Amino acid sequence: MSERKIILSATDVEVKFQVRSKTLTAIRNVSLDIYEGETIAIVGESGSGKSVFTKTFTGMLESNGSVSNGKIVYDGTVLTDIKTDKEWEKIRGRKISTIFQDPMTSLNPVRTIGYQISEVIMKHQGKNKQEAKQEAIDLMRKVGIINPENRFDEYPFQYSGGMRQRIVIAIALACKPNILICDEPTTALDVTIQAQILKLIKDLQKEYGFTIIFITHDLGVVANVADRVAVMYAGQIVEYGTVEDIFYRPAHPYTWALLSALPQIGKKGEDLFAIPGTPPSLFSEVIGDAFAPRNPYAMKIDFEQEPPMFGISLTHFAKTWLLDPRAPKVELPDAIKNLHEKLLEVVNGGQN
Amino acid sequence: MDDKKVILEVKDLSITFGSGKKTFTAVKNVNFNVFEGETFAIVGESGSGKTTIGRAIVRINPLSSGEIIYDDKKISGKLSKEMDQWVIKNIQMVFQDPAASLNERATIDYIISEGLYNFKLYKNEEDRKAKVDQALSDVGLLPEHKSRYPHEFSGGQRQRVGIARAMIMEPKLLIADEPISALDVSIRAQVLNLLKKFQKERNLTVVFVAHDLSVVRFISDRIAVIHKGRIVELAETEELFNNSLHPYTKSLLSAVPLPDPEIEKSKELIVYDESVHDYSVDKPSFHEIKPGHFIWANQAELEKYRLELK
Repeated sequence: MSERKIILSATDVEVKFQVRSKTLTAIRNVSLDIYEGETIAIVGESGSGKSVFTKTFTGMLESNGSVSNGKIVYDGTVLTDIKTDKEWEKIRGRKISTIFQDPMTSLNPVRTIGYQISEVIMKHQGKNKQEAKQEAIDLMRKVGIINPENRFDEYPFQYSGGMRQRIVIAIALACKPNILICDEPTTALDVTIQAQILKLIKDLQKEYGFTIIFITHDLGVVANVADRVAVMYAGQIVEYGTVEDIFYRPAHPYTWALLSALPQIGKKGEDLFAIPGTPPSLFSEVIGDAFAPRNPYAMKIDFEQEPPMFGISLTHFAKTWLLDPRAPKVELPDAIKNLHEKLLEVVNGGQN
Repeated sequence: MDDKKVILEVKDLSITFGSGKKTFTAVKNVNFNVFEGETFAIVGESGSGKTTIGRAIVRINPLSSGEIIYDDKKISGKLSKEMDQWVIKNIQMVFQDPAASLNERATIDYIISEGLYNFKLYKNEEDRKAKVDQALSDVGLLPEHKSRYPHEFSGGQRQRVGIARAMIMEPKLLIADEPISALDVSIRAQVLNLLKKFQKERNLTVVFVAHDLSVVRFISDRIAVIHKGRIVELAETEELFNNSLHPYTKSLLSAVPLPDPEIEKSKELIVYDESVHDYSVDKPSFHEIKPGHFIWANQAELEKYRLELK
């Protein structure tokens, strides 16, 4: 793992928003290295900062927000030094492309599908109209559009939600990006369509070799796509590791809580584990561990001092005082012990 | 099973939208019974007609044919004013989008009281206040939330308001239309627990409309799988998971991502292909293939499914 090439490196990133003369700190000193060719999932609830964090990679923060501290480096380019939109254009779309949750808002409703794909090909690859059309049709076929020649001149409203998302993926691919940021691309889709889109993204990754940053709140989707996982809470990464680390050996109480709340492991007739309370307001300074007020394992120090990131293995890190040698030993909650065996039982049901 | 009381009967329900050439049949000859006190789930993809069925039960969508019987009384079609009010009091609904279903210009106090006002379900102002406070505390909100507006709440809290608004009417039957789809994972658990609590305390019957089979498994007693307006399979929850027969049910089950990387990596996706059914001569209908397990199939398929049954 350590020999793999780092394609994007974020160090101590802090993002602040000005909201009605108040300051909201959406990202609080986040560091993360992303390796070439991997799929890293960023998991968190709404408001945890997972979208905001990745928007800093393409300069797409809303105008009232800015990276107030830290450094982001992509393949030798210091992204945090970029000032103008013109400079961003060399990165955004060309090198790092984003697919959003709602395909309808990313597509222009009054232009044909074919026009929207070829436009990108002409602009980014300098091809003429005829060549661009041919490549657009090839791309449409590649993302699973049946009969692309006939559907080239149709409009977005004539496509279903899943098909529209395929088009958005085709447009992103047209620029041959090195990193594809998928911001909840399947949240608005049906489960059967979601499964197809996830498979499509994975197949295309095999073919093109791009790196995927996958933002989601669905742990099922994470298990399906990710090589590595970063868990975010209240503007920080609280734990990261390989997908096996996070699901089978989680170390942060917040990750425990997320896994315990899964309805798949709930027992009939018993209450599901629910995380009490709500995340902290990021308008005021967070003292100590942001999760402490909702954490049944919180110690005195959690309310006073922010925990550092502790290394558990070469791949696995967590930001909790429980990993301090002085902390009492805490076992995994019963609900998520042997998660794999429990879920196997769920899958196999009455067969055993 | 036999001694359970049927509280809701949906008979041959069809619902069409539009007229003439543009007619679209959203729900086709749907039949099912719901027992008192159970959670009955209707699961399907968008456009399958699951929400339409739920809305037909609360009389938002008119039926094209068939009938709906609640507590031995017909509640579909034209009703007298008293009957209409009786239905509203007994059957309440919780909607998917808690932001869109709450009047954003009304206070929480008014939103929750609206049903009480409309039906004069309170003796005096004090009684109404007491009822609202109770409804709020039942869903885990505080009396001081009353003067606030919906936008001041988080998604999970708004959904609690939606549930409080329904439960203050003391309904016997609750139609929950994807009440947790718009919520975060940690909040989902809170709302699911809340619905279960009401069910235990008040013997509430719940019809739960959802697209996610994994959520439904945890809360429901029986599940109906619906595809393009038709129930293709209906069985008790564990029976459906362990013994699914219809290819569409199987494809749905395979598509749900499980939070386990090992299982996900070795999983095979089953894609439903409608052309596997040859209904040109041998016509399909709704059969009870084993007690409590229903399936939409023709004779040839029934034979095949019987062999598959465990």
